[in-house]
Amino acid sequence: MRFIFKTKYSQDINIAKHNGDRFWYSLLILIMVALPLVLDDFYLGEISYICILSIAGIGLMILSGYTGLASLGHAAFLGVGAYTHAFLLTNGIPFYASIPIVIIVSFLVGAAIGIPILRLTGMYLAIATLALGFIAEHVFIKWEHFTGGNRGLPVPQPEFLGMSFYDSVFFYYVCLVFLIAAMFAAINILRSPTGRAFVAIRDSEIAAQSLGVNLGLYKALSFAISGAFTGLAGALLAHYIGYLAPDIFNIFLSLTLLLLIVVGGMGSLHGTVFGAIFVGFLPQLIAICRDYLPSSIGSQPGLEPMLFGLILVFFILYEPLGIYGRWMKIKLFFELFPTYKRQTFKKQKVFTKSDRV
Amino acid sequence: MSLFEVKNITVAFGGVKALNDVSFGVDKGEIFTIIGPNGAGKSTLFNVISRIYEPSKGEIFFENQNISKTKPHNISKLGIARTFQNLELFENATVLQNLLLGRHIYKKTNILSEVFFTPSARKQEHEYRLKVEEVIDFLDLQHYRDTLINGLPYGVRKNVELARALCTDPKLLLLDEPSSGLTNEETIDLGFWIKDIQSLLGITIIMIEHDMSFVNKVSDRILALNYGKILASGLPEEIKNNADVKQAYMGE
Repeated sequence: MRFIFKTKYSQDINIAKHNGDRFWYSLLILIMVALPLVLDDFYLGEISYICILSIAGIGLMILSGYTGLASLGHAAFLGVGAYTHAFLLTNGIPFYASIPIVIIVSFLVGAAIGIPILRLTGMYLAIATLALGFIAEHVFIKWEHFTGGNRGLPVPQPEFLGMSFYDSVFFYYVCLVFLIAAMFAAINILRSPTGRAFVAIRDSEIAAQSLGVNLGLYKALSFAISGAFTGLAGALLAHYIGYLAPDIFNIFLSLTLLLLIVVGGMGSLHGTVFGAIFVGFLPQLIAICRDYLPSSIGSQPGLEPMLFGLILVFFILYEPLGIYGRWMKIKLFFELFPTYKRQTFKKQKVFTKSDRV
Repeated sequence: MSLFEVKNITVAFGGVKALNDVSFGVDKGEIFTIIGPNGAGKSTLFNVISRIYEPSKGEIFFENQNISKTKPHNISKLGIARTFQNLELFENATVLQNLLLGRHIYKKTNILSEVFFTPSARKQEHEYRLKVEEVIDFLDLQHYRDTLINGLPYGVRKNVELARALCTDPKLLLLDEPSSGLTNEETIDLGFWIKDIQSLLGITIIMIEHDMSFVNKVSDRILALNYGKILASGLPEEIKNNADVKQAYMGE
């Protein structure tokens, strides 16, 4: 068990709380950087996709996990990011200029949608965001000048730093760098007053308000920041897919993002990566399992959505804090070994409201 | 002129008048207690002051400024902080994070400086923390800095909520039943703290309270409400012997 002796306030502010953190996260980044040496293009592509999902997950996590606002239409922001990026690239804007524009555009779209929609709460907000997802899909179909409609829109793969996006190793590094940058941005937001205000809104709106948090402003800000992250992920996704069609950004993608944050662990940034790994590899896993299942089950077309739903239900029932929650328990087990007690995490009946994550 | 004044406040929920033409003033440095049976309109009064409820009539003045139309999130910027009857803490955050939120009104950073966590953002965190540590020392919360609210006993939670209100550096503190649910010893401690808040920090306090021995010990003046109307107001001694108050409580 590690005891940290605190002598400076900076120790509570710093991202890495102790040298152990520094060591393990540096090691992780080193391994990630070295991965192209050992993995082939297929797996690098998969991991790039996981990085993209993680960035989108960070966006949704800030909105749902930290501010406590549900969104069932987050694929809309992926779409906004992807189409804006593709449109800008088609019109000759270089990659390094296009990405900041995408982030700003999705931020503004998020704010513009957030301000009216966030007057709703709970179930009504969920339904409104669901509607937002459908509306966005139709806008992508109908706004042909911008999106190419149902014909789709090819995404140009420009040169960037003298490298091509067709090169999967290069694309992997681009995704990795953006994931790390997004992670730092999210951590920074969450450790500053704005992030605390988000958590305050999640846990008690009335107290947040009485402490001077402007509810409307911060909810809209949360939606906008969430949109910006997801938009960035959308831009990278455009490169990954290569050819945009409106039906990519459907309700199923939104639900995948939701599954990602719930399975990963609500209210933790670690959870977005865990969730992305899970969601990214699950279809492969299901595909592999199909071969081993009896053909009457294995060849069912609806197998994937059913398993997605089933897993979501199981996590909500048995591990509400997701993979990250499970990881914390395993970590504690080894920290306290051999005195770990199973009851530590046993769900207690509580009489004051506390189970609001 | 009083620091804080309520003039002819009426709050009606449908046909029920929760508050009916209530007026009173609180002087600077006072501990002013509001008592009354259940449903007398005490908490409604607090919610009107913190602008959660809209009064149907009347005005509220703080430092000679009419705050009847101020936005709810701007009330704390004026220097009015409050606690809640049924704790409204941020339960999945640590004590420290709860208290740091008390400094939210002093936020100077914008979202860009926060995304990059610029030196000014870091400096601001240090300034916040300095004030928070003062309050932690004042209310003996040293042990609980990194504990989640979820895992705290009720008495400590009440204390954290008081601390959070103090972190805003208020001029006027509204305490909604600060002693409810506390043990005898905790109530005694609370009495000392409230007196200290008044004398050391110079904060004016308006308090809703039921525990009469506690009320008599700490209050400078008392206001008794019943059915949304003022029954009596005055020094603790006067209220104790007031016939109307006895009638409302004991039904003589």
